Amino acid sequence: MDWLPLLGLPSYASTQERAWRLCFFLFCGLVLLFLISPILIVIPISFNDSSFLSFPRGTWSTRWYEDFFFNERWTTAVKNSVIIAFFTTILATVLGTLAALGLSRPNFPARAAVMAVLISPMVVPVVITAAALYFFYANPLVVTAEPVFILNNTYVGVILAHTLLATPFVVITVTATLTGFDQSMIRAGASLGAPPATVFRKVILPLISPGVISGALFAFVTSWDEVVVVLFVGSSDQRTLPRQMFSGIREMISPTITAAATVLISLAVIMLVTVELLRRRSERLRGIRN
Amino acid sequence: MAIAESAHLLTIGGVPLKTQLARAERSRKLRAVALVLPLFLFVVLTFLYPLGRMFYKSVENEGTMGRLTLTSEALASWDGQSVPDEAAFAALAADLKAAQEKREAGEIAKRINSEFSGAISKFKGITRKVEAMEAGPYKEVFLGADKVWADPALWRVIKSASDTYTPYYWLAAVDLKQGPDGIERVAPDQAVFVDVYGRTFWIAGLVTTLTLILGFPVAYLLATQPARRANILMIFVMLPFWTSLLVRTTAWFVLLRTEGPLNDLAELLVDQRFEMIFTRFGTIVAMTHIQLPFTLLPIYSVMKTIPSSHVRAARSLGAGPFLAFWRVYFPQTVPGIAAGCLLTFILCLGYYITPALVGGPRDQMVSYYVAYYMNNLINFGQAAALGAVLLIITMALYWVYNRLVGIDNMKLG
Repeated sequence: MDWLPLLGLPSYASTQERAWRLCFFLFCGLVLLFLISPILIVIPISFNDSSFLSFPRGTWSTRWYEDFFFNERWTTAVKNSVIIAFFTTILATVLGTLAALGLSRPNFPARAAVMAVLISPMVVPVVITAAALYFFYANPLVVTAEPVFILNNTYVGVILAHTLLATPFVVITVTATLTGFDQSMIRAGASLGAPPATVFRKVILPLISPGVISGALFAFVTSWDEVVVVLFVGSSDQRTLPRQMFSGIREMISPTITAAATVLISLAVIMLVTVELLRRRSERLRGIRN
Repeated sequence: MAIAESAHLLTIGGVPLKTQLARAERSRKLRAVALVLPLFLFVVLTFLYPLGRMFYKSVENEGTMGRLTLTSEALASWDGQSVPDEAAFAALAADLKAAQEKREAGEIAKRINSEFSGAISKFKGITRKVEAMEAGPYKEVFLGADKVWADPALWRVIKSASDTYTPYYWLAAVDLKQGPDGIERVAPDQAVFVDVYGRTFWIAGLVTTLTLILGFPVAYLLATQPARRANILMIFVMLPFWTSLLVRTTAWFVLLRTEGPLNDLAELLVDQRFEMIFTRFGTIVAMTHIQLPFTLLPIYSVMKTIPSSHVRAARSLGAGPFLAFWRVYFPQTVPGIAAGCLLTFILCLGYYITPALVGGPRDQMVSYYVAYYMNNLINFGQAAALGAVLLIITMALYWVYNRLVGIDNMKLG
């Protein structure tokens, strides 16, 4: 019985145990298939020549990709998504990293309460956040009855809203790299004559950089995927890729949504690989082995 | 000896060392606070404050506030049981005239109508009448136009609607209203929200259970396989996790359609096509797929910390494989199960996009109604009250989650 080690069972395992083990593997295999197949199935459909959302029967074509890359409706959406996600990433990474650094200092006052406030945008259902921001953006300064300026239907409004949703992820990832961070390294740097800025650049930043980069990636993905806030506070000028896909499904424009989905899946693969590499690098730097 | 001496230790500047250390400690603390302050202010000013402002809307009499000030004053000393006096009628007439000039009388009628059905037409009629009048007495005109104006119930609604604050939207959010004799249920055909909340909880609970049933064995598999094989299998979990929500919803939209690949397969196997898109079934399958990694990953990370020697010890002491698993291994995974399920349940309560795209009209959850009241009905008070109830439930669960797991222990990636 040379297939027993494959099941992870010793050779003395009973028949009943083997049967169970086999069922277990079968069940897990089906669940993994359930997880991955819906994503993979979109890919061949995106190469279908006809305008039905089905498997290619006969002719394959890249016409939906041409539509995605050259139709203005989609290129504008991609451009908007990139602009909004770019500024969101920068703002969220800077604000979140600074806050995480401050929070990780020993005996920070009311740490748990402050942390709860900083994380709260991640927990509140996004529709509520979007509705609240819609009212707020209509007149951000309530000192006057007539609004001095309006943030609804502006890039700034969408970027600020996305920054709000993205910072909790940066705070969490950077805080995670800082746990177990040896505070005496800061003192060592300072005692050797380095000013605080140099200590930050030469000692702290290299150590927390994996956390900062994966936090930035999370921030980017948060903004890149977000659709509810854009639906509420943005206009068609701020139409992002997810919003375009949302209305694409609603109005059933064309199978271009499957091409867009395939492009985004490729992006997810890149993200996945990057985060995994960063995690390994962080563990190596902090001396954690498994 | 060292203690006695340290009291007199001085730094180069001649300051006692103790003072100098305290000063350094304080400045370090200040610097830490200064680092957190920008984000803290950002969150408070552009998130907590807007949330507060929105919930203010849920208790505000938006339609009538500021439009019934005279009536409000005149009704201040009214007993609530009899027909009000001429002063109250005159005040209402004056308020209606003023509102009509600004073309806002309809707003008042709409707001009263939400609590006293049929009021819109009565208000329209009387507004037209009093507009033509220069001076009173108004009471006869009102009573002459319709005997409803002698109904104290209508006046009670007018009185409560002319206040600055109202419990109306909050009561409506749980299918209650203020009747003539206190709080009562709304008519069964208007009672929708309790059903919506029930549905939201039911869907969230079902999805959480399904993700646990599907996720637990896979987490166990990943935690017990050799590292190399586990890493490969992990891709199956992490790729969906990193794929955009819209992409996954698109995928299910394509899959579930009547002409979609799943139905192609069904036709091949059982020669029949099933209705899956825009159904409860479709919503639950898609949500389970999206939430599965969120339940699975916390369970997996707890399982990774359970030494395999525990089960081996139990086996060597004579326990069968199932007893060893159930009595020794499973209890240790409970914290992971609690963390994963609670996270999924909290996230499910706020679902909007997926039910909106693959669900039918009977599968929409609370978030959908918040958006619907905001964008389609422009009834901000009701949207805010619905959102507030959802937020309170979510926050209570978040508090439990924080106590059980600790939000900063959350694992990402």
